[in-house]
Amino acid sequence: MALETLLTRISDSKVVKAFRSRVRRPDVDKDKASTALLLTPYVALFSLFIVIPVVAAIGLSFTYFNGIQTPAVAKMFGLYNYVMILTQDEVFLRYVLPNTLKYAIITGPGGYALSFLMAWMLSQIQAKPRKWIALALYTPSMLGGVLIGVIFRTLFSGDKSGYINAVLLDMGLINVPTDFLQSGDYLMQIMIFVTLWSSMGIGFLSMLAGILNINKEMYEAAYIDGIKNRMQEIFYITIPSMKPQMLFGAVMAIVGAFNAGGIGVALSGSNPTPQYAGQLIVNHIDDYGFIRYEMGYAAALSVILLVVILLFSRVAYALFGERD
Amino acid sequence: MSNFLGTQIAPKSFHPSQLKFYALLVPISVFMILPLVYVIGQAFKPLSELFLFPPRFIVSNPTLDNFARLFRTASGTGVPMTRYLFNSLVVTSITIFATLLITLMTGYALSKKKFKLKKALFQINQTALMFVATAVAIPRYLVVTGLGMTNSFAAHVIPYLAMPVGLFLVKQFIDQVPDELIEAAKIDGANDWHILTKIVGPLVKPALATVAILSFQMIWNSTESSNIYVIDETKKTFAFYMNTLTSSSAGPAGAGIAAAAGLLMFLPNLAIFIFMQSNVMDTMSHSGIK
Repeated sequence: MALETLLTRISDSKVVKAFRSRVRRPDVDKDKASTALLLTPYVALFSLFIVIPVVAAIGLSFTYFNGIQTPAVAKMFGLYNYVMILTQDEVFLRYVLPNTLKYAIITGPGGYALSFLMAWMLSQIQAKPRKWIALALYTPSMLGGVLIGVIFRTLFSGDKSGYINAVLLDMGLINVPTDFLQSGDYLMQIMIFVTLWSSMGIGFLSMLAGILNINKEMYEAAYIDGIKNRMQEIFYITIPSMKPQMLFGAVMAIVGAFNAGGIGVALSGSNPTPQYAGQLIVNHIDDYGFIRYEMGYAAALSVILLVVILLFSRVAYALFGERD
Repeated sequence: MSNFLGTQIAPKSFHPSQLKFYALLVPISVFMILPLVYVIGQAFKPLSELFLFPPRFIVSNPTLDNFARLFRTASGTGVPMTRYLFNSLVVTSITIFATLLITLMTGYALSKKKFKLKKALFQINQTALMFVATAVAIPRYLVVTGLGMTNSFAAHVIPYLAMPVGLFLVKQFIDQVPDELIEAAKIDGANDWHILTKIVGPLVKPALATVAILSFQMIWNSTESSNIYVIDETKKTFAFYMNTLTSSSAGPAGAGIAAAAGLLMFLPNLAIFIFMQSNVMDTMSHSGIK
């Protein structure tokens, strides 16, 4: 008995424990080193090209910086850029802000709703035709800005060789060709149309997969419990069963809506866009950053954009996120 | 239960009740590809048809003239079109390969390894799904300049290797690989590299295919790096060349060349996606954010 206690005491003692852990170390160390090695490239690249730019944008937004001299803290305790944007920047307040909100609110939720609706309808038909129709719906989203620019500049071309103009002339709706893409009246509408047209992207595929994977017994049970029609089916079964995909789709829709900001410039061929009709915050940032070299000011605009995106995504998380 | 509609999700056979969905989906999908069809027609139109009024939607005497003229064109500085195409092919293949490798490594670590800050790293990456690169183009430019990468091929590749969406999808997919499989391999003496290349990699092929497609679309279509980071005309990419070509060449003749170039850009996109569509759908089943 005494011997046993003694042995336990020895094996519990600090010296032995330390020795033991040292004996085991090579293995653990090796695994740790291996994990570190696996993570290093991504973490390094992620930090360099995503984290640091975001942090730097926040930092620069409080400075005056023209790209050549070292950044100097801006007036008004560094808040000068923000104050200017929100009180003095007429283009921002009169065109960029309303344009961006209008564009983002229609193409973000609109594109998202459209994606869900298409995915849901596709889930109601057989696999073979589904595959080809899904491909047709997805195709516009893989074209990329340059090609979309080519397509719609050709279609909406301002002279009578432009297809849309020719059709409208033929139908007698207009008498002279309209230069749609250079017109302050039409550019925004065309941008919204083109963006919605190309909005069935990766989020759409995610939601389609989500709907197809819902367990059919869920529906059976729901009908036994008294669900009566497809509308109830969607709201009580389909959407709640695929919340994670709904959230992924929502995040992709938000990012897509703000990323597609270059479309106005791609269509009209100029920044600023004609009469600022298609000027979005992304173009405004480019205008100040790369055309006027007021980089502190551009950084402040970037920060505002990032905050807006974050707010939008908070809404998405509140709707579809899983609460613990 | 005559009104039981639920089992019609992913139906195995045709039923007249599906007709209403076809009635909506078929016209919509035709409408979606019409603009593309028009540009494809445009690419094969001879000059006489490009100048035709009223313009026809479909080409009547298809020719390869526009492609021939496209291949003969060179930029203002005398760089031939094939040079841009070559640059794009090199840049895109290197980027895809490196992205896949990095994403697989990190996804495996995030899914199967235990380490401090694991949860935090995943959370940060998930937040970065919302990252809009154009918003911080300026500080990114400063980083690229600071690293001395301006005017090199590296500027087309390195800034785009960390791809939050890609990592997210691959990690979610690796979560489905049973831990026991990896434990067993470890007992047999496999190290992480073996586990990655022999077990995890092959098992998550659909996710890797998806990441390859997304990365391809991003790099192949991107003009950003050529616009901002690279000055030397001989190092710029096809998407950039196409962009300058199409925005400078006005008139119907230019439109024909632009359409031909656009078609050349689009075909690889389409081919890769059709080839890997089932892989993509597989991956998307695990794409939810919890």
